[in-house]
Amino acid sequence: MSPALALLIRDVKLAWREGGAVGVVLGFYLVVVAITPFGLGPDLNLLARIAPGMLWVALLLAALLSADRIFHNDYEDGTLDVLAAGPLPLPLVAAIKSLAHWLTTGVPLALLAPVLGLLLNLPLDAMPLLVLAMLAGTPAVSFIAAIGASLTLGLRRSGLLLGLLVLPLYVPVLIFGVSTVSAAIVGPGSPWPPFLMLCALSLASIVLAPLAAAAALRTALR
Amino acid sequence: MQLPFKVSLRAHDIACQRGGRTLFQGLSFALAPGEALLVSGPNGAGKTSLLRQIAGLLPLADGQLAATGPDDTPLAELCHYVAHADAAKSALSVRENLAFWANYLEGGESGLAQALNAFGLNPLADLPAGLLSAGQKRKLALSRLFASPRPIWLLDEPSVSLDAASVKRLDAAIRDHLKAGGIALVSSHVPLKTRFAHELALGLERAA
Repeated sequence: MSPALALLIRDVKLAWREGGAVGVVLGFYLVVVAITPFGLGPDLNLLARIAPGMLWVALLLAALLSADRIFHNDYEDGTLDVLAAGPLPLPLVAAIKSLAHWLTTGVPLALLAPVLGLLLNLPLDAMPLLVLAMLAGTPAVSFIAAIGASLTLGLRRSGLLLGLLVLPLYVPVLIFGVSTVSAAIVGPGSPWPPFLMLCALSLASIVLAPLAAAAALRTALR
Repeated sequence: MQLPFKVSLRAHDIACQRGGRTLFQGLSFALAPGEALLVSGPNGAGKTSLLRQIAGLLPLADGQLAATGPDDTPLAELCHYVAHADAAKSALSVRENLAFWANYLEGGESGLAQALNAFGLNPLADLPAGLLSAGQKRKLALSRLFASPRPIWLLDEPSVSLDAASVKRLDAAIRDHLKAGGIALVSSHVPLKTRFAHELALGLERAA
């Protein structure tokens, strides 16, 4: 097995096995979306109108919950020292760990979103595009989260600082993610231009974020 | 254990700074294949920092470090660094932990088998690492040395929380490694039977 594949499989396995990873993230997403109608009242038209934005904002918050897991545990138990001395360059290590975060957070959240969309009266014919937009946008979420996770290594209660650092960087993802889904429901215009922007954001983060994360990891290892 | 190739390690005039304080400077040593170096000194003298510098984790404040071998593999990839932290995942079993290191460090199936045998962890192979005692976790960390053959071993207090029999086993493992042409840099407060060709005492200039 190649080193890269071994690392990916190990990270996915750990996320499923260690408590507080996949289950908590999905549960958080469910709860946040489920309490929204209690705050806004039972106006179905209003709920349908805010559903895309609500689903995206809750997804970003849920993804952040598990973001500090990307590097924190490996840093604490010394695994990162050994990973750094392995055959893979550090940016590739960061990229693989971000990919594992996407597989265990972004993908499950995107697949859960249509179920939660029902709670917010999102039209059924918008569901496929919602899932597609989230699958296209969540790589950016995971890879950008890795920058925050590497910068906050070694700090106590780093989760809060991580949110402050990373959430502003999610604004473009949020804008184009919501406008893709909204365009499909109410228009005007086609959902594809914002969708392509979303893909571009993800591709750019996949290339650039691991470089930034690796630089921060180098400093943290000193 | 067969080493892929032999290397020698040379440090010339290296220095280390931590938090603006110079821990050591002007340090030089040269290790030929089969030689071991014992790093000694009081707490805080820079033993761990020296090993981390060789492992490529800490930058050199001054001087040069070079390994000369048959090809130009970076120094960090020639080294096995076993630190205070055990780098063991409690949610994975002993076998899964070692299998990961064997795959990640390109040791393959034979690496896994050797690692499981090296410190007698075979009977515990299916136990989650979280259930191991401190000494067993230490053995798990040391077994990583066998997951993939690398010529330079950097051992930072390797005998902490090991029982007497395991310290003997570790001692023998280091001797076998040297006999195969490897290099070992060990910082230890426990006397080992391994014959160290060189000894480096850190922190003396400050004590004097």
